[in-house]
Amino acid sequence: MSFNHKHLLSMNDLSESDIMTILENAVMFEEVNRRRIKKVPALRGRTVVNMFFEPSTRTRTSFELAEKRLSCDTINAGGSSSSTVKGESLGDTIMTLDAYNVDCFVVRHKYAGAAKLVTQYTDACVIDAGDGKHQHPTQALLDLYSIWRRKGTLEGLKVGIVGDIAHSRVCGSLIRGLHTVGAHVTLIAPATLLPARPDVMGADATTPFFDDVLPELDVVYMLRVQQERLENSPFPSLREYSLLYGLNKSREHLMKKDAIICHPGPINRGVELDSYMADHPERSVILDQVFGGLCVRMSVLYLLLGGAENGISA
Amino acid sequence: MAYLLKNARVIDPQMALDEITDVLVEGESITAVGSDLSAGDAQVIDLSGKVLVPGLVDVHVHFRDPGFEQKEDIASGSRAAVHGGFTDVCTMPNTKPETDNADVVDYILQKAQKVGLCHIRPSAACTKGRKGEQLTEMGELVAHGAVAFTDDGRGVQDAGVMRRVMDYGKMFGKVVMSHCQDEGLVGSGQVNEGVASSRLGLEGWPAAGEEIQIERDISLSEMTGCPIHIQHITSARGLDIVRNGKERGVQVTCEVTPNHLFLTEDSISEGYETQFKINPPLRTEDDRKALIQGVVDGTIDCIVTDHAPHTRAEKAREFELAPFGMTGLETSLASMLTNMVRPGLIGYDRLVQCMAVAPRKLLGIPEVKIAEGYPADITVFDPEAQWTVHEEDFLSKANNSGFLGAQFTGKATEVLVSGKLVMKEGEVIE
Repeated sequence: MSFNHKHLLSMNDLSESDIMTILENAVMFEEVNRRRIKKVPALRGRTVVNMFFEPSTRTRTSFELAEKRLSCDTINAGGSSSSTVKGESLGDTIMTLDAYNVDCFVVRHKYAGAAKLVTQYTDACVIDAGDGKHQHPTQALLDLYSIWRRKGTLEGLKVGIVGDIAHSRVCGSLIRGLHTVGAHVTLIAPATLLPARPDVMGADATTPFFDDVLPELDVVYMLRVQQERLENSPFPSLREYSLLYGLNKSREHLMKKDAIICHPGPINRGVELDSYMADHPERSVILDQVFGGLCVRMSVLYLLLGGAENGISA
Repeated sequence: MAYLLKNARVIDPQMALDEITDVLVEGESITAVGSDLSAGDAQVIDLSGKVLVPGLVDVHVHFRDPGFEQKEDIASGSRAAVHGGFTDVCTMPNTKPETDNADVVDYILQKAQKVGLCHIRPSAACTKGRKGEQLTEMGELVAHGAVAFTDDGRGVQDAGVMRRVMDYGKMFGKVVMSHCQDEGLVGSGQVNEGVASSRLGLEGWPAAGEEIQIERDISLSEMTGCPIHIQHITSARGLDIVRNGKERGVQVTCEVTPNHLFLTEDSISEGYETQFKINPPLRTEDDRKALIQGVVDGTIDCIVTDHAPHTRAEKAREFELAPFGMTGLETSLASMLTNMVRPGLIGYDRLVQCMAVAPRKLLGIPEVKIAEGYPADITVFDPEAQWTVHEEDFLSKANNSGFLGAQFTGKATEVLVSGKLVMKEGEVIE
């Protein structure tokens, strides 16, 4: 098992073997997370700072729990109480915390490139937990993990990603990740929700017509409709969006028998997914994604912070 | 003070001049050009191996003074200009307060005179506060020394307002310069819309956001008869629109920066290098090639820097928070010599045309020819000087250059402004 990266900043930096190393390693942590005592000493004495400069519940709690179950010392900084609000620059905030000899920063930030910027101010390893509309690599890894666990493979799978691709940091990472492991990616959205050059992100095809491609898909990845963006009117109404791009019971007859449904959360029930689909016992892997996220983040922390080098196995 | 500038290769396409000869400068003027001039009391400066041309003019710089002197001021900007080989610069009006009234024009000119390094030719805003609503007092601004009108930094959004700017402004005989940017299309665009925006997850700044206003302003120039100058053109299609306008006989001119000639959106990696964040943004390799061709074939009239200094702290921020702009005065000539003249894309005559002759004509400032009786605004450069761009060598207060680490061949060595030697052997003299 080799993983030669100091940081996790972008899926563009990971090879197929890097990705599979992370995923395979995450399987070990599944077992840990099912024990009665859900904690291993792998990263005892390592300090991790969770810098969440914008609101995040699921990513932050997932990281925090992953750190705690690896026995890291964890602090949470950022948010509305942070010095950033008082006008401190990102560089100064990081240098201040770095003075405590921190081992790892987990960074969520409103602006693209922020995690990379953090690396200029610290020798600690940095994990990008979402930077602007750029990357969210652990989300992509947990998506790949959930798909891989369910389907048994990634190569050759047909994956459709539906919704607001242009404004999605998830897509910035997921499309590249799927491309790297040999899946075939189709983006399904109106042009107003697509980036200028989806091919550059690693997409194989794009179409505005959901029903045309739905029958071919092994994985249907539904993105959250970002309701706060509606003022810029990328589409006329939620009603029309749901009509054209909502995955609901009426579309199930178009789906492959074993097609699965992913969603990064939080779900707008009744918009991109109806409850039938969101809670579908065979198809929906949405809660698997949440559990997988914990395992994948433990895996990433373990690999970056050298848990293996400490001679301690999970 | 008098100078006998000896043994330079003297080039002035206006005089069909390209020979090794001597130039005598007395007082503020050139008093003789020839090979057997007697020095008299004049200080002799040997310029063997160097090239002497009419003083270079940059019609697009930001000196940030008044208002943002932490970035640059008239003194440091002037030093940077002279260091880069310029005798004249046209400053943009996005100061604080805005250069939209005669008092600010007076302030700039008085401070420039006090600094006494290069000629500063202030442009003034065409609308009050550069808000694109109400016309500035153009008559008074011209009377106080404004040489051009522009809301640079912003496009005039309303076509009706732009029409009035041109219709009213034309009586003063000054050019209207247009920063073309349709805010509805561009929004909070950060980098070229296309590969860069998709790769980096940044809002796109589409070329169409510029091209639409280029087209509009050329139509308005045709309608009003007011000359229009398109600022910092960046795209192949924008250039075609200008080319078509020129072919129809519209009084349209345009400028390009070395940034857009020699850099592309590909310079910006996932390291989010903020020094490459400029407005309008770096575009594609195809655009870059078309712009080079535009300089070669004469569609592009002027080389400008859009010298846009910012502090280190401002540029050290997150890409989306960092301000737009890069410096340019101290690398412009060198980049043109290295990337355009040396490979044979253009000759010295074309270089002088677009860095000295056309810019003076555009601003309507006195002609400078290397001939008796003309102002002694002179640039001398060493075409063989090899150097690497280091930030500690800049005389600008700022170091936000896109050319740090670049290796250039060719460098300004001497500059005379109104007969005063303000740079000698690469050292600015104050």
